[in-house]
Amino acid sequence: MADIRNTFVGIKSPNPFWLASAPPTDKAYNVERAFKAGWGGVVWKTLGEEGPPVVNVNGPRYGAIWGADRRLLGLNNIELITDRDLYTNLTEMKQVKKNWPDRAVVASIMVPCEEAAWKAILPLVEETEVDGIELNFGCPHGMSERGMGSAVGQVPEYIEMVVRWCKQYTRMPVITKLTPNISDIRHPARAAKRGGTDAVSLINTISSIVSVDLDSFSPNPSIGGKGSHGGYCGPAVKPIALNMVAEIARDPETYGLPISGIGGVTTWRDAAEFLALGAGNVQVCTAAMTYGFKIVEEMITGLCDWMDAKGHQSLDDITGRAVQNVTDWQYLNLNYIAKAKIDQDLCIKCGRCHIACEDTSHQAITNQVNGIRHFEVMEDECVGCNLCVNVCPVENCITLDALPAGALDERTGKVVDPTYANWTQHPNNPMTRQAAE
Amino acid sequence: MDRLGNGIAAGRLTPADYETNFADLHPRLDKHEALVAADRCYFCYDAPCMTACPTAIDIPLFIRQISTGNPLGSAKTIFDQNILGGMCARVCPTETLCEQACVRNTAEDRPVEIGKLQRYATDIAMETNRQFYERAASTGKTIAVVGAGPAGLAAAHRLARHGHGVVIFDAREKSGGLNEYGIATYKAVDEFAQREVDYVTAIGGIEIRNGQALGRHFSLSDLGGQYDAIFLGMGLSGVNGLGVEGEDLQGVDDAVDFIAALRQTPDRSVLPIGRRVVVIGGGMTAIDAAIQAKLLGAEEVTICYRRGKDNMNASGYEQDLATANGVIIRHWLAPKRIIADDGHVAGIEVEYTAMRDGRLVGTGETGVIAADQVMKAIGQNFAASGLGSLQFDGGRILVDLEGRTSLEGVWAGGDCVGIGEDLTVTAVAQGRDAAESINRALMAAAQPAMAVA
Repeated sequence: MADIRNTFVGIKSPNPFWLASAPPTDKAYNVERAFKAGWGGVVWKTLGEEGPPVVNVNGPRYGAIWGADRRLLGLNNIELITDRDLYTNLTEMKQVKKNWPDRAVVASIMVPCEEAAWKAILPLVEETEVDGIELNFGCPHGMSERGMGSAVGQVPEYIEMVVRWCKQYTRMPVITKLTPNISDIRHPARAAKRGGTDAVSLINTISSIVSVDLDSFSPNPSIGGKGSHGGYCGPAVKPIALNMVAEIARDPETYGLPISGIGGVTTWRDAAEFLALGAGNVQVCTAAMTYGFKIVEEMITGLCDWMDAKGHQSLDDITGRAVQNVTDWQYLNLNYIAKAKIDQDLCIKCGRCHIACEDTSHQAITNQVNGIRHFEVMEDECVGCNLCVNVCPVENCITLDALPAGALDERTGKVVDPTYANWTQHPNNPMTRQAAE
Repeated sequence: MDRLGNGIAAGRLTPADYETNFADLHPRLDKHEALVAADRCYFCYDAPCMTACPTAIDIPLFIRQISTGNPLGSAKTIFDQNILGGMCARVCPTETLCEQACVRNTAEDRPVEIGKLQRYATDIAMETNRQFYERAASTGKTIAVVGAGPAGLAAAHRLARHGHGVVIFDAREKSGGLNEYGIATYKAVDEFAQREVDYVTAIGGIEIRNGQALGRHFSLSDLGGQYDAIFLGMGLSGVNGLGVEGEDLQGVDDAVDFIAALRQTPDRSVLPIGRRVVVIGGGMTAIDAAIQAKLLGAEEVTICYRRGKDNMNASGYEQDLATANGVIIRHWLAPKRIIADDGHVAGIEVEYTAMRDGRLVGTGETGVIAADQVMKAIGQNFAASGLGSLQFDGGRILVDLEGRTSLEGVWAGGDCVGIGEDLTVTAVAQGRDAAESINRALMAAAQPAMAVA
């Protein structure tokens, strides 16, 4: 039986599934329910500085996009940090941690970008005996207008400065939560590392307008006819998050820095993919907000069953396994040649592969053979782009099969070369030509 | 009258039973159901469903329009090809047409619910009387259409769109043809056929003269002198006989009359029905009559068909619907004699049949099924008169693929012609296409001769 106990920056939890700092972790009631359901840890909803709490809008806070059968694919929110009194939160955090010593409880914090503010709140949090802190440099809406959240996360120098203060004023592990609303995620990650952070967590939500009401012409969610950009999350953002996690995992400057993976984790598979790309654990929010806390049961059993099936004994066997396979385009093997193949027994003859290829790609799939509706790849035209595989509604009906070394590529008339050769070595590359001259 | 009284009697059920039994078979999908159903469409290239539709409705497009919240646009896509798309959504044997061709059958044995989606869109448009077409400028031409059924209405609408005037002659009191008189009640509730006639004729330029029967009130040659073209779409008015002893007994009825009476009566409790009913035939009419006999309170309803299950013209879905309603379907039985008791039907003697050397033969073995009522549903025939020298083929009007008959200026379509299946949707396609052919012919004749340099 696979062991999925997790240790992240010294914080132990029975599994790698934490709830991210968000509405599901705003108060003891929810967190207690989450722990009863089996969640390994929580990052408590972000605390602000002492004094009157923030106020939220009293209209809709969420918007969404849906897929088939109204399956929620992307969620957008304009909620702020906790709107409850700081001491109420601290008292509850202390009690919950006492009740659940084996679970991880991490405090998310967002206070103004001033040393005094951080210096003031850290001892209060430390007194609760929670396991660590997460610096919220991610929220793209509302708080960013006040110089906090992603307004800090978008300036690497500020990140480094605040992390440094935190490391100076607390013994607790520091996790720096990054915003994806930047051009290159490596810069804020490097800054956090320079400041001495114990880990980074990412991604926070992506700035977004989720939809427009075409009757009122108001963005959604609409607050009396007006809308403001919100933070986008859920399954739709997972590919963006995976890439950012991988970029940090493989960056020589941040290599080895623990990463808590966040962004659209909905199933055990999503979690395993984040782990493979270098995350030490994952944080979940939208999936819980869509289906309730029970989904963690699927995540735990799914991960364990997969690990058992594959012979992985602990999370260390998985974490980072895919990182070495993430590379730059210029290093991809140009001698790797694949062709699409349609399994005629599985084909339902919808013709989507044909029309996608015919209208938008390489005219490499028939629609008729001898006057009969028939979809078949013309190898002499197929560049192996994979579009047909992606648009086919039947899983495994179209596959992309690599040509073995020595086989003839009917498109180019050349034989497949078994040697690895990339763009940096290609004669068409002007840089290569320069080097040769 | 009590429920189990012998003989043929009315009022076997409670008022609530009549209400329930003859309610809409498939209530319209609500918006959510429609979106879920529409999401299953793959938007196939050169979609097989579209090819399978006799009217070639762009099915992937109309379903996509539903899924994007544009049911009116969807309805227009349907009406562009089939102005009777509302009725076709209700009565088409989709399980042998578009839904049979759906690639989802290969994927998971469950097609996209094309018929129900078509009804969803067309209902929304028709309920708000949203008209999508305007008449072109008047051409000054007038076309006579014989028959206000699916073929005639489709022809008339298309001709009106082109700016021609149309006069429809129909033998019956109400327009709609089989849509009004020949469709099972639960498939077209709430006066749908009449509402559809109103919707189609709302384009203007179409005059309907009811109670005008070809051969009785006028002949084809009468029309020839008065109109620029003629379209014949009068359907089939004759009913095939069994040709067995006892056929004239009281209690032997035509299924088509029974179906029509059910549609026309304001009160089903006054319609008599046998306690035990035998329906002879294997097509849609047999099924519709048998199910409705059951719904009207018959205790025992048996369909006798002289061939096997696979030979039945009624689709598998329709057969299942009948058996689910308690109808017994018996195959390989041919009627031999209707047995009388005191001048009334008492039963039917049947002979077992079999295929021998590719021919259907009686085996000589016989049996008797007790019955108070026998309904004939073994097909209809063309029984019109007043058609002069018009040529026929296999008992129906001879036409080419454009609907042109052997007489110049005369077109025909629907069940009265010798090509295509006897379906509402086929009649619509033939009426529409004949109208286009008529328009081409009239417009070509109206063109001034081209000057040759």
